Parts: sequence; C-alpha cells; structure tokens
Amino acid sequence: MTTTLIVVLSLGYLGMLFAIAYWADRRADQNRSVISNATIYALSLAVYCTAWTFYGSVGRAAATGVGFLPIYLGPTLIAALWGTLLLKMVRVSKGQRITSIADFIASRYGKSHLLGGIVTIIAVLGIVPYIALQLKAISRSFTILLTYPEVTMPNAADSLPLLQDTTLYVALLLALFTILFGTRHLDASERHEGMVAAIAFESIVKLVAFLAVGLFVTFQLHDGFTDLFDKAEAAGILNPLIVDGMDGYENWFSLTLLSALAIMMLPRQFQVAVVENSSEHHLRRAIWLFPLYLFLINIFVIPIALAGQLTFAGADVDADTFVLTLPMAYHQSTLTLLAFLGGLSAATGMVIVETIALSTMVCNDLVMPGLLRRWKQIPPNADLSQLLLRIRRGAILLILLLGFLYFRLAGEAYALVSIGLISFSAVAQFAPAMIIGLYWRGGTRDGTLAGLLTGFSIWIYTLLLPSFAKSGWLPVGLLEDGPFGIELLKPQALFGLTGLNEITHCLFWSMTLNIGTYILFSFWRTPRVNEATQATLFVDALKHQRFLGVGLWRGTAEIDELLHLAERFLGASRAQALFQAYATRRKIQDIKQLPADAETVHFAETLLAGAIGSASARVMVSSVTAEEPLGMDEVLNILDEASQIRAYSHELEKKSQELEAATRELKEANERLQELDRVKDDFMSSVTHELRTPLASIRAFSEILNDDPEIELIERRRFLGIIVSETKRLSRLVNQVLDLAKIESGRADWNAEDVDLLEVIEQALASTEQLFAERGTQVVRETPNGACMVTGDRDRLMQVLVNLLSNANKFVTEKSGIVCVGLHTYHDRYEVSVADNGTGIAAEELPNIFEKSRQAGTASNKPIGTGLGLPISKRIIEHLGGRIWAESDAENGAIFTFAIPKKTE
Amino acid sequence: MNRSIRTRQRLVGVSLLGLLFYFSPILTLFDKTTEWAGFPISYLYLFGIWLALILLAAWMVEGRKP
Repeated sequence: MTTTLIVVLSLGYLGMLFAIAYWADRRADQNRSVISNATIYALSLAVYCTAWTFYGSVGRAAATGVGFLPIYLGPTLIAALWGTLLLKMVRVSKGQRITSIADFIASRYGKSHLLGGIVTIIAVLGIVPYIALQLKAISRSFTILLTYPEVTMPNAADSLPLLQDTTLYVALLLALFTILFGTRHLDASERHEGMVAAIAFESIVKLVAFLAVGLFVTFQLHDGFTDLFDKAEAAGILNPLIVDGMDGYENWFSLTLLSALAIMMLPRQFQVAVVENSSEHHLRRAIWLFPLYLFLINIFVIPIALAGQLTFAGADVDADTFVLTLPMAYHQSTLTLLAFLGGLSAATGMVIVETIALSTMVCNDLVMPGLLRRWKQIPPNADLSQLLLRIRRGAILLILLLGFLYFRLAGEAYALVSIGLISFSAVAQFAPAMIIGLYWRGGTRDGTLAGLLTGFSIWIYTLLLPSFAKSGWLPVGLLEDGPFGIELLKPQALFGLTGLNEITHCLFWSMTLNIGTYILFSFWRTPRVNEATQATLFVDALKHQRFLGVGLWRGTAEIDELLHLAERFLGASRAQALFQAYATRRKIQDIKQLPADAETVHFAETLLAGAIGSASARVMVSSVTAEEPLGMDEVLNILDEASQIRAYSHELEKKSQELEAATRELKEANERLQELDRVKDDFMSSVTHELRTPLASIRAFSEILNDDPEIELIERRRFLGIIVSETKRLSRLVNQVLDLAKIESGRADWNAEDVDLLEVIEQALASTEQLFAERGTQVVRETPNGACMVTGDRDRLMQVLVNLLSNANKFVTEKSGIVCVGLHTYHDRYEVSVADNGTGIAAEELPNIFEKSRQAGTASNKPIGTGLGLPISKRIIEHLGGRIWAESDAENGAIFTFAIPKKTE
Repeated sequence: MNRSIRTRQRLVGVSLLGLLFYFSPILTLFDKTTEWAGFPISYLYLFGIWLALILLAAWMVEGRKP
C-alpha cells in the first residue's frame, strides 16, 4: 500500500471526525444537543479503550493468557458504584463548575493553587508515557501497513534520525488536529460537545473494527472458538491458567484495583464522565452499557492472540501487531484498512481528550496562578479569552512533544500494556485525595500535598526510573544493585520486597505511603475554614438537591465590575449573554439592575471557574469585590444543613402544636357559643312566655271594661286592680331582663365599698317584712355578733338577699312557713344561707336552678315570679368573687347559700 | 427510602458479588486446565461471570421502569 493511500485515508478519517464535531457543535448552539443522550454518554466513556486495548490486549494475551482482563474487570466492578461515587463527583463538579481533576482536588482542599499545580504536574508527567504509547501504536501500524501484504516488523524507532521518525509527524499532526478540535471556540468554556460526539463515533469505529477482525480470525480462518482452542492446545500455546498468566493472584488483584482507580482518575475519563456530562440521569445507563462495551471488545482478544501465534509461529512478529498483521497475512486489504482505522481511532480519541483535559489543567492550574500573581503588579489587557486559548494550544503541543520525547527515550523497551500501566500507577496517586476526600471531612490540604508528593515520588523511583534504566539512559546497575550499592533501596525491590511484578510492587508502596501520609498529615491540624467549607460541600453533595454554596459569601460588590471581569475571560458577547440569561432566570429585565448579592457573586465565580479554574476564579472575584471573611462557626452554621433542617422541623412542630391548641380552643369556644345560643333561645322563649301571661290578663280585663259599660263599680275596681298589679309585674320583668343583660355585658355599675353583711341582712329582712307578714311566715335569724365585713356593692347584695327571702316566702305553705336566715364565719369567707320548710326542689332540677329561663316547678303549679331572680343573684355573687348554691330535699324544703370572701386587710 | 437509593444499594451488591467471584478462593476452583464444551473452564468462568454481572446491573437499572 502506498504512503499516499494511507495518509489520505487517515486524513479523510480525521476530517470526518472534524465534520461530526462541527455538526454537533452547531446543534449544541441551536440547543438541540446530540450528546445529551445516555447511550452517547456511555460510548464516550469508552475513550478508556485506547490503542493499548486495540493492539496491546492481544499482545498481553499472547504473553500472559488472561493477563489483559483485570484492566477491564476493574472498571466493571467500580462502574456498579457509579450510582453514588460518580454521581457525587458530577454533582459537586456541576455546582462548582469544576473543569478538571486538578481543579477537583484543589477545590476539595480549600481552592488551593498549590495543590492544583502539583496535581497538574503529576498528571502531565504521569500521562506522558501513555501518550507515547498512542504515538508508538499509530506510527508502527502506519509503518507496518506500508509493506502490505508483506509482514515485517519495523526497525526500532530510536535507530532512525529524528526527522525521519514517523512518530514525530504523527505527534505534530495530532497536536494540530487537537488544537483545531478542542480550542476552536473563543469562549474557552470547559465543555466540548463536538468532541464528545466525535469520541462516541470513534468508540463505535474501534469496536466494529476489532469485532470484524475477531470474527474473521475465529470463523473465517478457524472453525469457531473450540477449533481454535484445540489447535492452540495441540501447539502448546494455550495458557488458560490465571495464576500462571499473572505470576500469582496478588498481581491479578492489584491490576484490577489499579484499573478500577484509573477509570476514575485518568484526566480524560474525568473529562468525559464528569466535565462533559450533560445530565445526571445518563449515569444510570453507563453503569451497565460501558462494561458491556468492554466485554464486547474483549471477546476476541484471546482468539486473535492464539491465531496470531499459530500463524506466525517462528516468525519475528510482535504480538502487539496481530490485529493488523493477521488480516495482512491473509491478504484481506479492506479488513486491514479497517483494522488500521480502528487502531487510529482508538489512539486519536485518547490523544484528543487527554491533551484537551491536560491543557485545561495546565492553563487553569499551572499557568493561570502565575499570571494572576504577575497581574497584581501589571494590570492585564481587557480581553483575556484569546490568551487563555493560546495557553491551551501551547500546552497541547507541549504535551504531545513530551510524549514523543518519552517514546524516543524509553518507548521501545516496553510492550504497549506495560507503558499504559506506568501511567495508570501515576494517576492512581490521586485516588486517596479524591475518594477519601469525598467521604471524609478531616482531610486537609497539607495531608493531600504530603500524600500526593510521597506517592508520586515512589512512582518515579520504582517505575519511571527503571523504565529509563532499561532503555539505557540510566545505568542498569541502579536496578541490579540499588543506588550506591544499597540493596534495600533497589527501585524494583524496595526495602527488600520481592516476588511481585513491578506494577504491583509500585502500587503497594506508593498507595500505602500515599494514604498513610495523607491521613497522618491530615490529623496534624484541624481543617481551616475554607477547607471545612469545601469538605462539607463535597461530602454532603448528595444530601442537597440543589448545590449549596451561595450563602457562603458576604461582602459588597458592583455588578459592573463582575460583568467586566467575566467579559475579560469569556469575551464580551458571551459574558453578556450569560449574564442576561442569569438575569432572566432571576426575573430581572436589565443586567444593570441585578443585585450584586451573594447569589450573583457566586454565579460570576462559577462562570469564571469554568474558564480559568476554581482557585483562580476565587482570586479574581475577590479582587473586584470587598469580601468580609466568614468565621468558622458561621460557615459551619450555614453548612450544617442537618441542623438547619432539624431547627426548621422543630419550628414546624412547634407551629403545628400551636395550631392544634388554637383549633382546640376554637372548638371549645364554638361549643360554648352554641350552648349560649341555645340558652339564649330558651331564655327568649321563656321571657316571651312570661311577658305574654300578664299581657293576656291585662288585655282580657281591659276588653271586658271596654265592651261592657254597664259593669258594676265594685267589679270595675277589682278588674283595674288586677290590671295594675299585672302591669307592675310586667315592668318588673322588663327591668330584670335589662338588669341581667347589663350585668352579663359588663356594663353594670358596681360600687366597691366596705359592707357589713349583718347590716345587709337587717335591711333585707326589714324590706321583706311586709311580704312575710302577708303569708304569715315566721322568720328566724341566726347571726353572730360583731361586724362581718366584705368588699362589694351594698345594693346588689341587698338585691340577692331580698330575692332569696322572697323566693323562700313563695314556696312555703301559708300560715305555717318558717324561713331561717343564717350567717357562718369561716377563716376566709362568710356563708349566708336562707332555709325554708317549703316544697323543696326536685333533685333533677337542682343543677339548673341558677340558669336563666329555668324556674322550678311545672307549668301548672308555677309560682309567681319572673324566673330571673336566681340567675341575676348568681351573677352578682360571682362578680363579687363568691359562689352560690342550693341544697334541697322534699321533706325539709330548700337551703340557698352564698359564700363571699372576707374583706382583705 | 426512594427507588433510586435502593437501586444504588443493589448495585453495590453487584460490585461485592464481583469481588467475591474474582478475588476469593472461589476463583481457584475454576482456575484449572479442564475443558467444558471445548472451552477452557477458566475462560468460561471469567467471561460468564462478567456477562452475568453486567446483565444483573442492567436489569437493576433499566428493568423496572418507574
């Protein structure tokens, strides 16, 4: 195949990717996002499968049997935890507009510039071998393809002069492509919809290509899986034992753990899984669809490895190239080109996303803090968005050239998978800071710093240096005898630990010391305010439906300044549009009228965080606002949502209890009112009845007098006498009704004077003397000597006593009645009783005797009277602070008693 | 306790199940050269458990629509 054909094909493929990205970006601008889809999201996660997977898995399977599997089992097992772990990361990142893993760790530990920078350096250095791996895969597959259909292994790249090395051109081309791809936009925002669409497409291409080769090898060249296994066993190359392939189960375990950590910690995975995530709901499908993708792309790894070993037995063909060389060996030109494209897509996908993620980190967490420090002296230009893009472009180019450099230095000494695992081990150092930091509030910046630096140093010493030593750039004696001949410090058998492969060895020491120092240094001091704030926001991320953080700012700001700041980093039109959208969300017409409150400042800060990272955004925003620092207690109060909710629910409970009490009172009041209403109705009917009786007799006698002029004088006198007495009764009744109404409504006049009860009794008896005489009733008086002083109204007390006496007189039998008035002294009160030997009161009547409208007796033997005397008496006595009651039995008549408190001295 | 929290907890169970099958002595029971239906038994075991775990997770996430 000619160079032109392959180059045109490659460029054509890249052009197509570009078209897809362009189309997706256009759709995103029209708000018709293509990537807002759970399946696309899961496919974009498959950027995990790089040239390492595409070419390297087969190479590793040829060497170790199932040794390639842990790299995919780890992600499968941890994917099941994404429902909590990844969801938490996504929720936090959306709330704080986190743009990279460096930003994430820096934010978690108090928006620390130092941490962001360290994480960026570790990520760049750690990922460089991984990028070298992709460059190596592309350039090798390209060189191999040139000799089609002859299968020859290319010379080692480092034997070529620099400018003849295809890898250099691959690196430069990919840099150009990535720059066009990822930094076309002027808005420098953190999301790249076009890129995600292209990555999802690439995931399909590499899966289809790999499956095509696998199907060809398994079912075209051989008679299915079992046939292949039989032949392999006959040839003695079948190696199905896990323990053999992995050199022991501990390596099997450690590689799975490593890959489980890597899927969360690789900058490109963070980019697609967290930063580019458009909806939390997409996570659900990724939990099973992404592992399914891994499963499918791994089904044919062992068959291809076995078939390659059978086909090229004895020939010098690198197992890492079987996916490409097998179709070549059987003259399948289309399939060969498809395999090449699959490998190309796997490598480009990784390089694009990884370098974009890394360039964002370099720009936001490494360069920006330095610039911010410089800008304190020299104020920057108005529009910084171009500068941001230039920094990112430079970073992309630099990272790819570093990758190329590593490839030249160390790339040929290792198989693809081994290079990849070196990178995995580097990014795994982020795991303690990230994962423990999501669940433990106690982690501090110092602890993270110590853990990261320790872990990374171990990585350099036990993995990176040996890779240089093996390539001849460092003396091999370092590996064999240890530095300065100290055996205990041998990089691949640190402290004498042997029996593990180099990855497991590095993972054990780096993780142990990383976690150890992280925890140890975190215990050193309690978290500071900003650390505690961020810790709570991260740890409690799933408790809030909405991201908290707004209430954590207090100070004064100008809306103009904030807008101006945003314009400088995002470009004027974009910043204005975003502020306008925010204003509309807050139902405010004009941007200028936005209140510069905590919410607006928070909005501006997260907006900036998307462009320059959270730590830098914090610095920039505080440069244009006057922030009042919040105390630790205040922050914790704001953040302790649990206590807020508790207080809130406590308040609610109190309110509801109050409401219940009020309801109960209202109900009781209502019952009382209904009762009063009923009593009033009874009273009305009884009073009207009372009024009708005298009226009827007055009317009857008046009519007789009117109709019959002939009537005798003596009769006429009698009739007139009746009329007069009935009229008196009528007016007495009306007076009493008025009197009762007056007392009840509280309008009655009361005198508060010193009254001698004996005097009152004396007067009452005097005024009723005539009545008793008329009916021949004998009056007995039993009163002590000396004054019995109470405080009250003399006339009213008179009224009560007269009423009781005249009542008693009414109920006794004529001529033989006895009425006894008594006064008894108690230590706090006087009791005055009026007893008679009359007909008494029936037991069932007793409780109601003081109610108005009730009068003892039935209608037929109704005594003369208004029926209002006792109710009035009761009210008077109660008004004076006493009480009144009646006792009775049928033989001995009734006793009415009232008690009045003694006058207080 | 809403449905999504229950699903999350069940998925943690899937993860634990995977740990049990891949990282416990159970693995060594199948780490043998014997063949079953023409396949080395270790391959069948590794890929079979893998697919089962994926399908289990898929059923939990998608199986019961709200």
